[in-house]
Amino acid sequence: MGQLVERTAGVGAGLATEDMILNIGPQHPSTHGVLRLRLVLDGERIVSAEPIVGYMHRGAEKLFEVRDYRQIIMLANRHDWLSAFCNELGVVLAAERMLGMELPVRASWARTMLAELNRVLNHLMFLGSYPLELGAITPIFYAFREREDLQKVMEEISGGRMHFMFNRVGGLKDDLPAGWLDRARRTIHAVRGRLADIENLIHGNEIFRARTEGVGVLTTEQIAAYGLSGPIARAGGVDFDLRRDEPYLAYGELGDVLRVVTRKAGDCFSRFDCLLEQTRVSLDLAEACADRLAALPQGPINLRLPKVLKVPEGETYAWTENPLGINGYYLVSRGEKTPWRLKLRSASFNNIQVLGELLPGHLVADMVAILGSMFFVVGDIDK
Amino acid sequence: MDTYVPILALGLIAAAFAIFSVVIGSLTGPKRYNRAKLDSYECGIEPTPQPVGGGRFPVKYYLTAMLFIVFDIEIVFLYPWAVAFDALGWFGLAEMVLFVLTVLVAYAYVWRRGGLDWD
Amino acid sequence: MPQFPDAVSNQNMTNWFLGSFDTHIPWWFILVVIKAVAAFAILVVLTLFNIWYERRVVSFMQMRIGPNRVGPQGLLQSLADGVKLALKEDIVPTNADKPVFWIAPLLSAIPAFLAIAVIPWGPAVSIFGHWTTLQLVDLPVGVLYVLAISSIGIYGIVLAGWSSGSTYPLLGALRSSAQMISYEVAMGLSFAGVFLYAGTMSPSGIVNAQQHGWYFYMLPLSAIIYIIAMVGETNRAPFDLPEAEGELVGGFHTEYSSLKFALFFLAEYINLVTVSALAVTMFFGGWRAPVPISLWSGANSGWYPMLWFMIKLLIFVFVFIWLRGTLPRLRYDQFMAFGWKVLIPVSVLWLLVVALFRQLRNAGDLDRAHAVPIGIGIAAVFLLLVVALEVRERNQIRRTPPPTVPDYEPLAGGFPVPPMPGQSAPAVPRRPQFARTAAAPAPALNGTTAEEASTR
Repeated sequence: MGQLVERTAGVGAGLATEDMILNIGPQHPSTHGVLRLRLVLDGERIVSAEPIVGYMHRGAEKLFEVRDYRQIIMLANRHDWLSAFCNELGVVLAAERMLGMELPVRASWARTMLAELNRVLNHLMFLGSYPLELGAITPIFYAFREREDLQKVMEEISGGRMHFMFNRVGGLKDDLPAGWLDRARRTIHAVRGRLADIENLIHGNEIFRARTEGVGVLTTEQIAAYGLSGPIARAGGVDFDLRRDEPYLAYGELGDVLRVVTRKAGDCFSRFDCLLEQTRVSLDLAEACADRLAALPQGPINLRLPKVLKVPEGETYAWTENPLGINGYYLVSRGEKTPWRLKLRSASFNNIQVLGELLPGHLVADMVAILGSMFFVVGDIDK
Repeated sequence: MDTYVPILALGLIAAAFAIFSVVIGSLTGPKRYNRAKLDSYECGIEPTPQPVGGGRFPVKYYLTAMLFIVFDIEIVFLYPWAVAFDALGWFGLAEMVLFVLTVLVAYAYVWRRGGLDWD
Repeated sequence: MPQFPDAVSNQNMTNWFLGSFDTHIPWWFILVVIKAVAAFAILVVLTLFNIWYERRVVSFMQMRIGPNRVGPQGLLQSLADGVKLALKEDIVPTNADKPVFWIAPLLSAIPAFLAIAVIPWGPAVSIFGHWTTLQLVDLPVGVLYVLAISSIGIYGIVLAGWSSGSTYPLLGALRSSAQMISYEVAMGLSFAGVFLYAGTMSPSGIVNAQQHGWYFYMLPLSAIIYIIAMVGETNRAPFDLPEAEGELVGGFHTEYSSLKFALFFLAEYINLVTVSALAVTMFFGGWRAPVPISLWSGANSGWYPMLWFMIKLLIFVFVFIWLRGTLPRLRYDQFMAFGWKVLIPVSVLWLLVVALFRQLRNAGDLDRAHAVPIGIGIAAVFLLLVVALEVRERNQIRRTPPPTVPDYEPLAGGFPVPPMPGQSAPAVPRRPQFARTAAAPAPALNGTTAEEASTR
């Protein structure tokens, strides 16, 4: 091993200059997971950056091919562990479309509501962790207080706190418990009220603004070229949201509540700002869904399925607006009980590709600000 | 010299404590050899080989040190002047204004030349 | 040692206790040893207390409970942590420069203890019938001594980062040293105003001079500059860049473990106490009682002053904790720019204004009636200046297209000068033989001329 080290030392010509090679990750506090960035530094300025992914590759796509559709839901909700419900959604939507299923109305509204609650959970995580990366240690505890309350609501209905596993092909696993809607509505109301705490603490802070404004600016061209999506793209002025532009579930009927939050600047601050505002919109959407669900007549929330679920031959692409961006499943079936191929397009994988272009020219300290504002989940990158 | 005896006494106590801590720390702890554990920390991968002493530092850090010396010397002149200010009167004040303005000219030059812009 | 009359009666009482000591040991020496041990013990206990204090206060700010298991209210938590650290493996990395790696924590911790020696904790009190001030040593250049000693602590940090033989500690150490020396300038300048008013550099002299009013009221700007600088000097939030865990993991002490790490931790918290004690001494009346209490005649005698001093000290520590619980971290360049472009010029100009003010009063040209409006006027001008600087700074950030700068000419004034900000030095032309080899594949590249390719 000693020999090997010596050999690479001879090759590393970069060391002869004043450039310094710094490996951020795989075990680094600011990459929340095992993302690795290889930076070349001149002093504290980044000369070049290369994201190295794959430390957490679990072969999800290959595993999809040897699991039946009930098991796939469980696998699918794990790649982005902060938006498990939304991940499940894509799989069941694809399967339902291929099977030509007509979803019960209540299932469609309940799914929309849960997806929005999951989005709030996800966004709260980043609203807390981003200030933490910039050195403000308190907001994350505020965010986690809200998350805790929302997780209780989700736990009551599904039994899970992260991996809800509540979607089924043809609907939801169970009906909503009695009185759950009211409890959910109260929680939504409380969370919306206390969201101001986070905003007051960090949003207007001078240092926070100085750290984030004008830092890590993504242009519309870059966003288009790299296929960025979600709050990151919308913060850069790309007005694109599948919930509005290609409505699925009940989003088509929520047009008056659904506001697509966009910002112009494309810097770290507008990404954070966008996320904060989007959290509010999601709370509004969830509340609207709860109102609608209460008004709907009783009825089934799922469809009966055959013991062996075989999806007819064909292919389809189901994409959803996940909290972190567009999440798509390309399902190819040959009529078996397992998919022949289930390609996963995850949001974070595309979103972090731009780092190689975004980081050079910034300071190491900015790197942390930018990484945090890219809102990624490592499992979603490595799949 | 008597005035420094207490400092020496405190210094001895502090040194005894610090040395004791360092020595005891290396004795009481377990020792389990593991090559990877003794590598330098680089986020969990094989450390990139570094030249001894970290190689050449960016010159910016030395610039900071030089600027510091300029201002520290200014402070060295300011302190006796400040202590004896009441005795020196208008003459002392005028002299010090001249001195400070001279330093400020250099300061303005450094600022304009970008010596105070860090990255 | 001065003998006060009422001390004689006490002496009989205590002689039986000290009779066993060899009478040849002079009294002043025994007192010195007692005070030195006391100073050391206070610092260690304060460190243990402050760690607990910080964790508890931050916990309550974050809706948590914090350590409450070990001892009453968790007060012994820090001690337990210290014992735990002693039982951890003492790792010395293979790449480390071993002797320096060992010496660095000592260099950091010992000066930290020494700096407290000149801080007056109270006026003269009677210890075993002998009168002595609650101060280890009253140096005539005491404040200078604190500055000097605390600078030695920087060596510990730099050497720790350098000797670890690893990237993160090195960067952390470089940042740390640059940061500390930058803020030391502002810190030193803020003291000059105090010396000017007090006419002495001795801490006890400065406390005596504040009998009729704390310097915080007379020199508000100096006090504010010092308070900002002391946060920067101790590497605490929002200026805790060397330990920015999001960027540099642990900063200079990434590779340290066991009690060596504990020594750095200890040094940091002692420095916290030292700068707070210095702030109290220089600007907040030292051991003098605050206003409502000072109306009681006995407030400033006996052992009470130590209580006032401790209360003021802990208030300062609370401010440190409060900042940590609230603020995000500044970026390195913002932090340095703030130190060099705001704090230093403001404190230099403020010092000149203070000097002018003082001289006018000394010369008798200024009575109280004029002093107040002039003072307010000067304060207003300063406020405007600070705001103007701040606005200018922000405009510079906001201005997206960089200001057009004239082309760089290396020999503009007849002698070589470095490029201005925004300009860049022209690329050094390649030597012909290299240019030729680089140009050879150029025609193959789509639309790239040979000249462009050669500059690559």
